[in-house]
Amino acid sequence: MKSDKLKFLLFAVVVLAIPLFIPKGYLTNVLIFVGINSMLALGLNLLLGYAGQISLGQAAFFGLGAYGSGVLNTQYVINPWLAMALVAVGVAAFAFAIGFPVLRLKGHYLAMATLGVGVIAYISFNETVDLTGGPSGLSGIENLSIGSFVFDSDIKNYYLVWSFALVSILLAMNMVNSRFGRGLRAIHDSEVAARVMGVNARLMKVQVFALSAFISAIAGSLYCHVMTFISPTSFSFPVSIELLTMVVIGGLGSVFGSVLGALLLTLLPEMLRAFQDMDIIVYGLLLISMTIYLPGGLVRGIPALFRKIVPARGSHA
Amino acid sequence: MEFLKETMQFVISGLATGAIYALIGLSFAIIYNSTGIINFAQGEFVMLGGVITIFCITAFKLPILIAVAVAILGTTAVGVVFERLAIRPLKNATPLALIIITIGASILIRGLVMLLWGKDTQALPAFSGNDPIEVAGATMLPQHIWIFGVTLLVIAGNRFFFHHTITGKAMRACSFNRKAANLVGISVGRMVLLSFGISAALGSLAGVIIAPLTMTAYDVGVMLGLKGFCAAIMGGMGSGLGTVLGGLILGTLESLGAGWISSGYKDAIAFLILLLILFIRPQGLFKKGETERV
Amino acid sequence: MKKLITVALVSFFVFCMASAAMAAAPIKIGALFSVTGPASFLGEPERNTAQMVVDEINRVGGIKGRKIELIAYDTGGDSTKAVQLANKLIKNDQVVAIIGPSTSGETMAVIPVVEKAQVPLISCAAAIKITEPVKPWVFKTAQNDSLAVARIYEQLKKERRTKIALLTVSDGFGASGREQLKAQASRYGIQIVADDTYGPKDTDMTAQLTKIRGVHPQAIICWGTNPGPAVIARNAKQLGINIPLYMSHGVSSKKFIELAGDAAEGIRLPTGKVLVADLLPKNDKQKKSLQSFIKDYQHHYRTEGDHFGGHAWDAVMLLRYAIERGGDNPAAIRKQLEATRNFAGIGGVFNYAARDHAGLTKDAFVLVEVKKKNWTLVK
Repeated sequence: MKSDKLKFLLFAVVVLAIPLFIPKGYLTNVLIFVGINSMLALGLNLLLGYAGQISLGQAAFFGLGAYGSGVLNTQYVINPWLAMALVAVGVAAFAFAIGFPVLRLKGHYLAMATLGVGVIAYISFNETVDLTGGPSGLSGIENLSIGSFVFDSDIKNYYLVWSFALVSILLAMNMVNSRFGRGLRAIHDSEVAARVMGVNARLMKVQVFALSAFISAIAGSLYCHVMTFISPTSFSFPVSIELLTMVVIGGLGSVFGSVLGALLLTLLPEMLRAFQDMDIIVYGLLLISMTIYLPGGLVRGIPALFRKIVPARGSHA
Repeated sequence: MEFLKETMQFVISGLATGAIYALIGLSFAIIYNSTGIINFAQGEFVMLGGVITIFCITAFKLPILIAVAVAILGTTAVGVVFERLAIRPLKNATPLALIIITIGASILIRGLVMLLWGKDTQALPAFSGNDPIEVAGATMLPQHIWIFGVTLLVIAGNRFFFHHTITGKAMRACSFNRKAANLVGISVGRMVLLSFGISAALGSLAGVIIAPLTMTAYDVGVMLGLKGFCAAIMGGMGSGLGTVLGGLILGTLESLGAGWISSGYKDAIAFLILLLILFIRPQGLFKKGETERV
Repeated sequence: MKKLITVALVSFFVFCMASAAMAAAPIKIGALFSVTGPASFLGEPERNTAQMVVDEINRVGGIKGRKIELIAYDTGGDSTKAVQLANKLIKNDQVVAIIGPSTSGETMAVIPVVEKAQVPLISCAAAIKITEPVKPWVFKTAQNDSLAVARIYEQLKKERRTKIALLTVSDGFGASGREQLKAQASRYGIQIVADDTYGPKDTDMTAQLTKIRGVHPQAIICWGTNPGPAVIARNAKQLGINIPLYMSHGVSSKKFIELAGDAAEGIRLPTGKVLVADLLPKNDKQKKSLQSFIKDYQHHYRTEGDHFGGHAWDAVMLLRYAIERGGDNPAAIRKQLEATRNFAGIGGVFNYAARDHAGLTKDAFVLVEVKKKNWTLVK
């Protein structure tokens, strides 16, 4: 318990200090999106890594959050912070409602159903042109502000997004170590066994589904206010897949794994830029080889690799 | 009268599209039934079928029949290599790891094809011309007949293979219980390899016969794969009539949805119905329920 | 945990090193094209053309003796990435102006970034929203879709066809076209009797066309990019629909004729003049630019230069003349761009003004018809 708190504090200090040490400019901008992706990956990881329930439609909640805030901001007079809260609660309630039938399904059927939810949401963003602007997108969204302080620069947005990300991480860590978190892991291992032990598996699965939708919706609201423009393609099926990849590569069932996965996958296109058109191939190869050789994700894989290398050296000496 | 005629056209068009979904769905089901894997790279097999055929015709001026054979063999090889390099080395084969691996493979294959043959869409000439055929006031193309014909052949072939040959039966045994199959002397590894080969061949066959209608490019596999997956789920992941009906129903629903309700929402309508089916009959439309092992 | 932080820091470090800016001797121009992804048919010729024109300029000594350096990034058609890369071009590479992005969605996403940083952007995307209302730092070279619509409607009016059906693709390009088609209809006395859409990856549109056939329009206008319109052309032929079928400039390349095959015969579309450069009269202002573009592209890439590459050709040339006149400071470039008069490029004859950052009139488009697998001018 105590070491977890320490870890979090250390991480928070690093996050808050990073802008002081990196060159001003573009990198800060990318790190904003790392923050948003971290929240999304974390939301999915709660569902996938802890409760063992797959979702291929996570982009739907992200998009609902973004469009909810975006539409309220551009077409109605309502405080954007209040809007963010209302939208997040609304999206969570929606997830809660569809969670009951959806999470009754298992394995590939669950994957298919969540994928279906994602596709339907994506089509709705495209087709409700009067509200969302349709495929042309929604522009003119304002930056968030507190009084006269407007979050209009990269550095301000960095701290804005990462404060939310840090709070989500803290919440997730507390939840994982609570009675609720232990119940979830029991479901992950064997739902039937968990039920026998008196865990209300069905309700808990739906609750964690709603929680993950809640975090994703907040990330969506932040995204729309940072970008000030949104279009449906940012919430399509490939985005759900990318989130899934972040969680798996970072480390299932690890809070910091989500962050690491988000960091790697957001920076990856940058690192692969040297390969030009080859980047898609390298991306595919990475996915395959990491799943085969680092099944626990980076968070567990890297320490394991160290352990493998270090004693090996020792034995040769 | 007009309304009836239109509806007839919606249904015919829907069935034709549905047959495509059905074929792809069947190729999904073959891997699933002998391994329990949902192969998210299935759509890429379909794409490979069309792309390689066109490449052989334009680059080497091969006659179409030989080009098709090369495409199917080539894709089968890709399927086999894929199983060897990506599926077999996996020690802890959880469904999730398999989903990620197959997604990785689909990205990889798509990337390679894009690099090798470019991003342009290509069209394959129709097998028997483009003169429309009238059926009960609606029209279809000779290529549609090819699709229906091949689908029927594949169903029959499937049925024969899985129920009347030793290898086919062995593959089914693997899907029921891997350990038991192993105990009675079936080489599970070989069966998995075989199922990937057959499924890739079938997927590419689908890709070849639809290429004259839908045209093809490195990125057509995603959507086709998704629809095929849908068809297979509706049919309860069976490798027979269920999946075919699933495909036909999906195609018809899309077409009727586009014609009667809204063309913009047609995919949403199809997925909504899929969700309803999953909620009401999660085991598929035509399958009896199974009890889950603990 | 410590290891975790080390890993994170190391990856940052490597990344910073890689992207550190180089010494700034040449004039740096940024470019954002969707070279991969669904809009690669735009981004690829655009990137090729931009690189080609920059090489040509450098070969003859650059701009007033200074070479141009083109820094082009691939956005993959993703607006989030486009925004990140626009930031990178401005903040890390410190470019003086940006060309692209290729699609309207990405352009709309990038606009707040360039407006704030005050760096001129010359978009290669078509939507009218990009320059209407006028944004001080944003220009465009792709012809407004409103001009293409006007070209088609004029022809329909001439032929007294007043009842039309729309079939548009549900992406940014189709949505923008659909908006314009609906907005301008009444001005030409045209009534829209069917308004259907299809998905960018759809493979069969007979359902939509059957529905359209049922309401008896006098012409069908389809707005999309390959391969959808080719499928529609074939489906229309299958259904025996024999009223005029109009496409958008989104399919103005030989590829469309190749994909649609026999079904392409008789189809009409508004397009820039690249496709019919040889058929233009000698006194056409654009003829010289067009022929040089076509010749250079053939020479460099061994394939035909198209309409879309032309957007990048115009953008680089506009920048070149602006820098020649006023130097390479972003504010001066912006001012000189706005002062561009009578620049006869690939997309048309550009006349920018304080209230017009699109710069073209409907003369930028010609109406062509496919006859015997080739383009012919409709008189």
